[in-house]
Amino acid sequence: MATAAAAVEVPQAPSGVWSWITTTDHKRIGILYGVTAFFFFLVGGLEALIIRAQLGSPDNTLVSAETYNQLFTMHGTTMVFLAIMPLSAAFFNFIIPLQIGARDVAFPRLNAFSYWVFLLGGLFMNASFFIGAAPNGGWFGYANLTSLQYSPGLNIDFWVLGLQILGIASIAAGVNFLITLVNMRAPGMTMMRLPVFSWMALITQFLIVTAFPVITVALVFLMFDRTFGTTFFNVAAGGNVLLWQHLFWLFGHPEVYILILPPMGMVSDIIPTFSRKPLFGYAVVVYSGLLIAILGWGVWAHHMFSVGMGPIADAVFSSTTMLIAIPTGVKIFNWIATMWGGRVRLETPMLFAVGFIAMFILGGLSGVMHSSAAADLQQTDTYFVIAHIHYVLYGGAIQGIFAGIYYWWPKVTGWKLNEGLGKAHFWISLVGMNIAFFPMHAIGLLGMPRRIYTYDTALGVDQMNMVSTIGAFIVGLSALVFLVNVWYSRRTATPAGANPWGAPTLEWSMSSPPPVYNFAVLPEVNSRVPLWSGMEPMPETPPEPIHVPDGSYWPLVAALGIVILATGALLKGLFITLGGAAVLVVGIYAWAFEPFEV
Amino acid sequence: MSDAAAHHTSTGLDNRKLAFWAFIGSECLLFGSLISTYLVYEGRSVSGPTTGEILDIPLTTISTFDLLMSSLAMVLALAAVARGDKVWARVWLATTAGLGLIFLGFQVYEFSEFVHHGLKLQTNLFGSTFFTLTGFHGGHVLVGVIWLLTLLLRSFQGKLGPDKALQVELAGLYWHFVDVVWIVIFTVVYLIQ
Repeated sequence: MATAAAAVEVPQAPSGVWSWITTTDHKRIGILYGVTAFFFFLVGGLEALIIRAQLGSPDNTLVSAETYNQLFTMHGTTMVFLAIMPLSAAFFNFIIPLQIGARDVAFPRLNAFSYWVFLLGGLFMNASFFIGAAPNGGWFGYANLTSLQYSPGLNIDFWVLGLQILGIASIAAGVNFLITLVNMRAPGMTMMRLPVFSWMALITQFLIVTAFPVITVALVFLMFDRTFGTTFFNVAAGGNVLLWQHLFWLFGHPEVYILILPPMGMVSDIIPTFSRKPLFGYAVVVYSGLLIAILGWGVWAHHMFSVGMGPIADAVFSSTTMLIAIPTGVKIFNWIATMWGGRVRLETPMLFAVGFIAMFILGGLSGVMHSSAAADLQQTDTYFVIAHIHYVLYGGAIQGIFAGIYYWWPKVTGWKLNEGLGKAHFWISLVGMNIAFFPMHAIGLLGMPRRIYTYDTALGVDQMNMVSTIGAFIVGLSALVFLVNVWYSRRTATPAGANPWGAPTLEWSMSSPPPVYNFAVLPEVNSRVPLWSGMEPMPETPPEPIHVPDGSYWPLVAALGIVILATGALLKGLFITLGGAAVLVVGIYAWAFEPFEV
Repeated sequence: MSDAAAHHTSTGLDNRKLAFWAFIGSECLLFGSLISTYLVYEGRSVSGPTTGEILDIPLTTISTFDLLMSSLAMVLALAAVARGDKVWARVWLATTAGLGLIFLGFQVYEFSEFVHHGLKLQTNLFGSTFFTLTGFHGGHVLVGVIWLLTLLLRSFQGKLGPDKALQVELAGLYWHFVDVVWIVIFTVVYLIQ
């Protein structure tokens, strides 16, 4: 037996830059996603700090109105499409196959393709800064502000094409993870034994696959209006600018749940681990997630109360918006009930998870306020809405993602982040965000509109704006503390072991970082909490040979083709466009016909 | 990976087939948005020409029939590949692609006739929505034709045995989907004005 085991060749992870460029390993792609998205998160944060510096005092002249328009547009676009979504995708990549007992995702090369398209799309969008033409129409780019007549520069073209590129990455990844979760589960891993993070990821993929085609069509209309002179949003020709708002928010509201459901899933896995109790009401949490996704498709027009849709539409969308608070509230009570009576350990991941619950409740409450059409008319386009979205997306999504980062860090790297610095990060971030975002409620109710680069001192919001600006810089400081933590913990790295938190789910059953083949033997799952119900530890070396797929660079070639094509469309250069299309076609054919065994 | 030795999956279905259904679901939303926009804007053009003045129903009925027949040929192609009948596999693959090309020919003729009669992409809302919707559909047909011709080439290279039937099945799923979309477009745009 011993000689037979020794004869098995254990696959090793290749090294070198080329091995990263051609990688199809979900763990490496996850790390690439994480690092890239965190870089964009810092870029978006820097934009926010410039915005807050400008708003620190009345009639400030730090940046011009035009620069300010570019800053808030790119801040929103970056945080939504280049930071939060891909940070979640980093976790989908690294964690899902480990949680469900798979050796990789369903389509490893498609996975690499998604990453390269995302990276190149993000660079494409940000390249606009270098020619001083960053998108400036707001992150939801309302027609007809974005028409050629009112936005003649390349700004909006960068935005339209950049979002189209990122949409391709999202849909490709969405299909991939959908199939991975449905079809690649280990024996015994039934749907109702899936860890909640994987469940919320599944629901998120469903939303991505269905919502992104809608914005694709809206962006095509806008692109055709700008490039070929079609009349989709041309009022003189009978077009209706509200078509854009409907299509955008038909995508945009599911998008909100695309941003928040993955962090909700992370928190649902973290709280049981640090309470030493299985999740309270597992099935109800899962069904609430499903209900949120379904209802999420029926609330889009609550973004449009101020356009005057009439009493019936207003009433319908008010009610559906109030309804969606119910499954959300159910989840919050389940998290609290999980902690209730548990042996709660307040280590950094748990602190961020609890912070997530508290701040998300605040954001949720102002969200329910918006569901009243009458109240919303007073709040829309003011700083009140900015306060709401930042409680939900910073207090909610980003805190949830940081909980996930601290929680799964030892699995990814093999060593833990420092607890003391982690706690400092949490408290500075929590205090900072409340100083930054809480005054915005009052600023908004007092009448300060969003997206205006300056304000008059007569409005009486000077001091509150200064407070908010100070808070924003405290939030910026907390991000620095996190970076210091990474640097410091790496220097003093001590091996964390397979399961440093005593967690119950499958990803903690193999060594940290996981071997290239993930599982030495594919596990047989018989519980929602396998590691708490006596699962055998993974053998050190695989008893049988395991095939690990080779890398491929064709996904990168295909991704390059798409970005060249988009560059051609941007510059209205026929030959660049055709060249890009040719590279894309070559990439797809070579990809389809290269020998590649999964 | 040879199709015969496909990996074990949770549902027993091949990953690629399942993924293709998910992709088709996504495409439904794409065409759903395009068709909805067409309907919302129908009759709102402020200048002509629009539907009744320009649409040629008899001509498009022929091209619709042609596309429907291509789905029949597609079914026969898959059956031939699955039973390892190389000759008929090639005949039916070529027939499907050929009927697709004829449909595209009709569309090119129709578009140029419309332009000739003063309806362009920029002319009015009808032009914008009609050309965008049917153009997107035509683009899908073109991709399908290229896909079918690729399969035909693989067959001539002797690389399309019965173990590769799934590849033909996927192309078939796509082709039938594009066909069904056309039935909706033909009904909504041409028949119900």
